[in-house]
Amino acid sequence: MAKLARLDLTATEVERMTGQLDAILSYAAKLDELDTSGVLIHRPDVVNAFRDDEVRDSLPRERALANAPEQNGESFVVPRIIG
Amino acid sequence: MELYSLTLQEALQLLNAGEVTSVALTESVLARIDAIEPRVQAYLALDREGALRRAEDQDLRRKNGQGGSLCGIPLAVKDVLCTTSMPTTCGSRILEHFVAPYDATVISRLDQAGSVLLGKLAMDEFAMGSTSENCAFQTPHNPWKIGYVAGGSSGGSAAAVAADECFASLGSDTGGSIRQPASLCGTVGMKPTYGRVSRYGLVAFASSLDQVGPLTKDVRDCALMMNAISGHDPRDSTSLNLPVPDYTGALQEGLKGIRIGIPQEYFGAGLDSEVDQVVRQGIAMLKEAGATIVDVTLPHTEYCVAVYYLIAPAEASSNLARFDGVRYGYRDRTADTLGDLYNRSRSQGFGDEVKRRILIGTYALSAGYYDAYYRKASQVRTLIKEDFAKAFTTCDLMVSPVTPTPAWKIGEKADDPLALYLSDILTLSANLAGVPGMSVPCGFNRQGLPIGMQLQAAHFNEEVLLRAAFNLEQRAGVAGKKPVIA
Repeated sequence: MAKLARLDLTATEVERMTGQLDAILSYAAKLDELDTSGVLIHRPDVVNAFRDDEVRDSLPRERALANAPEQNGESFVVPRIIG
Repeated sequence: MELYSLTLQEALQLLNAGEVTSVALTESVLARIDAIEPRVQAYLALDREGALRRAEDQDLRRKNGQGGSLCGIPLAVKDVLCTTSMPTTCGSRILEHFVAPYDATVISRLDQAGSVLLGKLAMDEFAMGSTSENCAFQTPHNPWKIGYVAGGSSGGSAAAVAADECFASLGSDTGGSIRQPASLCGTVGMKPTYGRVSRYGLVAFASSLDQVGPLTKDVRDCALMMNAISGHDPRDSTSLNLPVPDYTGALQEGLKGIRIGIPQEYFGAGLDSEVDQVVRQGIAMLKEAGATIVDVTLPHTEYCVAVYYLIAPAEASSNLARFDGVRYGYRDRTADTLGDLYNRSRSQGFGDEVKRRILIGTYALSAGYYDAYYRKASQVRTLIKEDFAKAFTTCDLMVSPVTPTPAWKIGEKADDPLALYLSDILTLSANLAGVPGMSVPCGFNRQGLPIGMQLQAAHFNEEVLLRAAFNLEQRAGVAGKKPVIA
């Protein structure tokens, strides 16, 4: 889970968290008490909030880069992707 | 009377009458902040010069007849809302120096209305928590008793209003994070209907649950703030395109013909006897105002906790994936590979509670489990929503406590599982069902700690909430009481 969540955990943290993930099992078990066959998944009242496919202003590049830990005026700079 | 202790409405009246300037109001509030912030600790960022400059501008605009609805009023907002004029940290080290490249829509609206932005307010990290103790920088205190919690996650927003450190504030509410701190700090707090207020620029915790809302000194002020921030936003596709009424319109009407439902599931084991007593007294006052009281039931209440704790962390794990050290925020400098960059930046930047929820959410959404967890929870959520719809066929609004107890000491955790359980179900359901909910000051306990009453209504019926809240406020005699900051 930690790998999927992109988190480094210490051994103690792993132990502690494992116990807490059991809570999910109990929540799921609770919900299994209910028969939800045919019940729709909840969703917001808005449907198909589309707009016309027109070009509009977007965030200027310098502003998008302004908080970058490392950038080269054009892109965000990161370490190599393949280890 | 000190200018800082006025309500928003009173300040507006004096401004419009030319009896006071925005600069004077702002100076008064800044002096108040200087005097008590060492104890209250509500502000993460304060922009004195910016606020005074802005106040001057607004005084000029008012002179020229160009003032907006909140012209010259000093306000502050929870640090979860993007502002271009000062950092947005979400109470987290991972965003400690982040300055948003755009303003949240609600910030733009407050700006267009002419208000003066004083600063950003302390909160639980990424809105995860109910005491604001998870703030990476400082824990705000309850102005009614320094050393006690202000609640969370909008603790700073509630504390600042209660302590007269701003005329009103904005908070956000995903599972109770406006209503609970409002109740603990004796302020008014409203979580609008899902889709009533734009979430554009609100750093997302759980996208299907989050809403931005006001915390204010009284009910009329809440209506004024709701007028300013509500409405459709094309940038938030979950905001509904419905007209915004004048929320101050129906306040003065009595409650004749209004049916008030009392949900039996919200009064029970775990509820502090003083809270029960104060809320019941409030119900009696509403009856005096002309309302009829009926019993209602929300049969799926017992499933709210399970549904919320599967849906909220799942959505949070997805929303917090963007904090990876690449484009903004904290970046670990030792990583040689991109993967390590992600892992180390996140592990070092996030606090424990945030990591915990991300892990739970990742688990709930992982392959093979999505159907059993998130999907199932979303179906039960529909049943919870239907409970509310059914209840609102027999009543116009429901009332209940907001929290099972008043505020407690910072550093202490509630150990009564019944009270913990009750504290969850009292507020979670409104977010799950999407209905609007309000907390209104109702009384105090023997120690002088505030107790609020919660009101909930059907979707987009904030008006009946405000109307009932106003009637309660007129009778409860607690509005206008101020904490002595010791």
